[in-house]
Amino acid sequence: MSTETTSATTAADHRKKAPAGERVADWADGRLGIYSLAKANMRKIFPDHWSFMLGEICLYSFIIIILTGVYLTLFFHPSMNEVEYHGSYVPLQGQLMSEAFNSTMHISFDVRGGLLIRQIHHWAALIFLAGMFVHMMRVFFTGAFRKPREVNWLFGFLLFVLGMFTGFTGYSLPDDLLSGTGVRFMQGAILSVPIVGTYLSMFLFGGEFPGGDFVARFYSVHILLLPGIMLGLVVAHLILVFYHKHTQFAGPGKTNKNVVGMPLLPVYMAKAGGFFFLVFGVIAAIAAVASINPIWALGPYRPDQVSTGAQPDWYMGFAEGLIRVMPGWEINLWGHTLVLGVFIPLVIFPLVLAAIAVYPFIESWVTGDKREHHILDRPRNAPTRTAFGVAWVTAYMIMLVGGGNDLWATHFHLSINAITWFVRIFFFVGPVIAFIVTKRICLGLQRRDRDKVLHGRESGIIKRLPHGEFVEVHEPLDQEQLHTLTAHEQYKPLEIGPSVDENGVQRKVKGSQKLRAKLSKNMYGEDSQIPKPTAEEYKEITSGHGHH
Amino acid sequence: MKKLSARRRHPLAAVVVLLLALAATGGLYAAFAPADKAQADETAQSLAIDEGKKLYAVGCSSCHGTGGQGTSDGPSLVGVGAAAVDFQVGTGRMPLQQQGAQAPKKKVIYTQAQIDQLAAYVASLGAGPSVPTDKQVDPKGADIAKGGELFRTNCAQCHNFTGEGGALTHGKYAPSLEGVSKKHIYEAMQTGPQNMPSFPDTTMPEKNKKDIIAYLDAVNSEKTESPGGLKLGGLGPVSEGLFAWIFGLGALIAVAVWVAARTAKAKKS
Amino acid sequence: MSSQETPEENLPSEQESAHGAVAVAKTGEHADPFADPGLPPHEHRVQDIDEKAARRSERTVALLFTVSMLSTIGFIASFVAFPVDKSVYLWPIGHISALNFALGMTLGLALFCIGAGAVHWARTLMSDVEVADERHPIEAEPEVKAKVLADFAQGAKESQLGRRKLIRNTMFGALSLVPLSGVVLLRDLGPLPEDKLRHTLWAKGKLLVNMNTNEPLRPSDVAVGSLTFAKPEGLEEHDHDFQTQIAKAALMIVRLQPDDIKDKRELAWSHEGIVAYSKICTHVGCPISLYEQQTHHVLCPCHQSTFDLSDGARVIFGPAGHALPQLRIGVNDEGYLEALGDFEEPVGPAFWERG
Repeated sequence: MSTETTSATTAADHRKKAPAGERVADWADGRLGIYSLAKANMRKIFPDHWSFMLGEICLYSFIIIILTGVYLTLFFHPSMNEVEYHGSYVPLQGQLMSEAFNSTMHISFDVRGGLLIRQIHHWAALIFLAGMFVHMMRVFFTGAFRKPREVNWLFGFLLFVLGMFTGFTGYSLPDDLLSGTGVRFMQGAILSVPIVGTYLSMFLFGGEFPGGDFVARFYSVHILLLPGIMLGLVVAHLILVFYHKHTQFAGPGKTNKNVVGMPLLPVYMAKAGGFFFLVFGVIAAIAAVASINPIWALGPYRPDQVSTGAQPDWYMGFAEGLIRVMPGWEINLWGHTLVLGVFIPLVIFPLVLAAIAVYPFIESWVTGDKREHHILDRPRNAPTRTAFGVAWVTAYMIMLVGGGNDLWATHFHLSINAITWFVRIFFFVGPVIAFIVTKRICLGLQRRDRDKVLHGRESGIIKRLPHGEFVEVHEPLDQEQLHTLTAHEQYKPLEIGPSVDENGVQRKVKGSQKLRAKLSKNMYGEDSQIPKPTAEEYKEITSGHGHH
Repeated sequence: MKKLSARRRHPLAAVVVLLLALAATGGLYAAFAPADKAQADETAQSLAIDEGKKLYAVGCSSCHGTGGQGTSDGPSLVGVGAAAVDFQVGTGRMPLQQQGAQAPKKKVIYTQAQIDQLAAYVASLGAGPSVPTDKQVDPKGADIAKGGELFRTNCAQCHNFTGEGGALTHGKYAPSLEGVSKKHIYEAMQTGPQNMPSFPDTTMPEKNKKDIIAYLDAVNSEKTESPGGLKLGGLGPVSEGLFAWIFGLGALIAVAVWVAARTAKAKKS
Repeated sequence: MSSQETPEENLPSEQESAHGAVAVAKTGEHADPFADPGLPPHEHRVQDIDEKAARRSERTVALLFTVSMLSTIGFIASFVAFPVDKSVYLWPIGHISALNFALGMTLGLALFCIGAGAVHWARTLMSDVEVADERHPIEAEPEVKAKVLADFAQGAKESQLGRRKLIRNTMFGALSLVPLSGVVLLRDLGPLPEDKLRHTLWAKGKLLVNMNTNEPLRPSDVAVGSLTFAKPEGLEEHDHDFQTQIAKAALMIVRLQPDDIKDKRELAWSHEGIVAYSKICTHVGCPISLYEQQTHHVLCPCHQSTFDLSDGARVIFGPAGHALPQLRIGVNDEGYLEALGDFEEPVGPAFWERG
């Protein structure tokens, strides 16, 4: 009934002029060219997989952080002027504190909803970083960083690193005892830089630590400089995702030259748009039930006060671990001090991060593969890469343990010195073990896939043969599964070729090529992958009847 | 026994019994007669010391020496005062179950009366801090904010911002102050149990101790508010990070799985 | 690393055929058993064939959106109804702010329901037919590349940049110099270090003032096994540079049995076993003060550097590189503890010029 009426009116409108929406779109198209843009993107296809939504978690928590952050700036005073507290939190009344701390107290106790927004902001930040970490690992382990996506991998990596520093500067703003201790640590680390350390420190803090400037300076870095760069990178990251079209896992009908999934309009508009609200809703609920950074319990910063359990937020925990377990090496020569105990962790920190960032370029150099890759690898089918990734995560996690060594000690009744020694040793040993074990597991899984393809799936049905033997019936896989399990590519190890050419002339082989061949052998040699079943093998086995 | 029974019939036996009976009656009278108060206290005190000495001989002397002089297994108790005993025994730390990095808090095995007797005995070995009175540990009227400042200067480095405890070297630790009675907190500051340094009245006057107790009462008691929600142990970023990973990202990934999952297909009929 | 050097045989050979657009599943003996069978046929959901089920979905979505509206109203109501300082006990969370909980929960629910409604709509009612979209190589066609290179060459030629070296060189010179202005402007961010990190407020004759009481300390105040923190006389919390001064001057005072002091200089700089050490860790500057009175070890809560106060505060564990600086103390005529000078070495973290 009602539908008929609507269609009737639309038809009537059409006779007169285009509907209002269309007219607005026409106006915009004449100025912005939106029709061509929409033509390419409105029905853009996105494949369905939960792990493809990890990036969206990051994007949405980033948006939530910006929204709540803008709200917080309305009340926060980025100033280190000392004031006396006269707010409603009794255990701090009359205490001297910076205006930054005072205004954060005001937001938490006197602005209605201020505490909620503060907690959403902080929880979203922790989740943003955790989401980026997991998203990055997803991209790594599935090989989604391969051509043409190397640049986007770097953009994402930069976002993770910038996110760490944006988080750190934000954590420092309330000028509470915990964050102040963190800033002090940063200042100490800056002092350890050879030659220019003291200058950097004086310039950053406007004089001696803590001085009266760093909150205001960190504030502009935290709310403008870093988020500005990040916003640009996020936009670029998203444009590239659209431009490259999303990767997909191998499967029936999915090739390197297509992308199979649902269109942006309407399905992904609803799913992705809806997911934003879901993420926001979950984070708001978390902020309703769990307290984060209760600065009133921590107290205002004083350089002569401290609390045990002084840790940074989790994303800096890895750096904290490095600094905690480093032996105290210090070299004094010619009237100068080289503070290796602090400077080495300061150097290892970016190096460890860079190790994962440059891996894609190393892999593409070793394989020499210049083709585009849009089909994702299952981690088991790239054993060396997977093993490297797990080793890296292991090193990272061991350092996180190091960063929380005091809490491990108290909660598991261990000696803090023993934990520190454990971390010192396992930072080196752990990744090696993880590498070997992971590679073994990958190869085992490859063998299982191979068996499944050639011999079928274990059905669980036991059959007794006429001569009394019991066998389990294996069901052959259907073609979809056969295709999916054999769709991956396998590289052959690179051969340098004979060192003497056909005419007996010595051929010069560059050192870099030798290294490349060595790496290639390690990555794709006999010990590093199980040859996937060939059609011939399959036919031979399936044509021979019965069991052996 | 044989000897005694043999002499039971000795002519002087009756005299001895009579004398003993008299002495006992006189002694009991002296003990229970309403004498002047100070004298009575003194007597009660000496009785308590005697009782304490017995308890000490059974429960403590093997490590601390028969006269409290200390052995290789336990420090000297001369001069530690009643407060130290009340704290160590009153929190169950003493008697020690086994040698370790440090004596843990555990179930108290003595009654308060017995603890008082032990304390009286140890106090008699040498002057030391006495057990604080209820008035001394009453946080009423104390300056909570000043207490907070004092706590952050003197205590938080080991016991954490709000007294949740923390690690020391080689398996030692500063215990959580949650649920510790005001008297025991006062005594700990006064006496410095185990590896904790003491904060005597000369450097931290009684008023400061009261302020600290008032602060702890405000920030770490059953009625302490945590406006933002779950305290997550009051441990700071480590527990917050774990919570963000497990419940934050965990919940979001669960949601993502739902969003991306295929809708159930109708069964083919 | 040019591809010419790479023997191509290490690349998977049959990649193209295996991933061809649509592998035709041939029949007969020579069929590839692993060939791509193509997209499986679309299967209907209950909602596609049963209008009743579709209606149920519609109602669920509408219900979710309605719950969201109600939650938003609840949010506004909570904002008005709950005073900002109202506390409630909620098991198992504890004593929490009623307002924070109510606002967070209603906001969370309002947002979550919008999302859940939209996703449920997409999952059950919008078409779930999978579509394949063609990909096109990111690399440009050779003709396009040639055209761009030609255009660029022409542009470069027309600019005469290559020919007029003088213009090119001076332009690069100007462009590389001009950012220097920005760098120069940063000069006034802070003063030069000079010897600022070498001095503290301590000086000969300055009394050691107890942090707790703000009174000068006497030797008799400091008992063996006790821990006291001190600041230099004259420094008050209200001073504008209190934070910066205390960051260097904070002092930790303990008393040891003189016999327990192993380090000769430490004994000489002490007074009746009372020793005064900088409270600022020599690692990265945390206020170190986890004093274990039985072992005389002091531990830093930030990074676990451990110092032995009975042996010149040397490092016995952890990442600190050198001992804590000791302050030489004595007693003045009135019987108060006083400093006999400043620290002889810089306090706090080490730095290049420390030497």
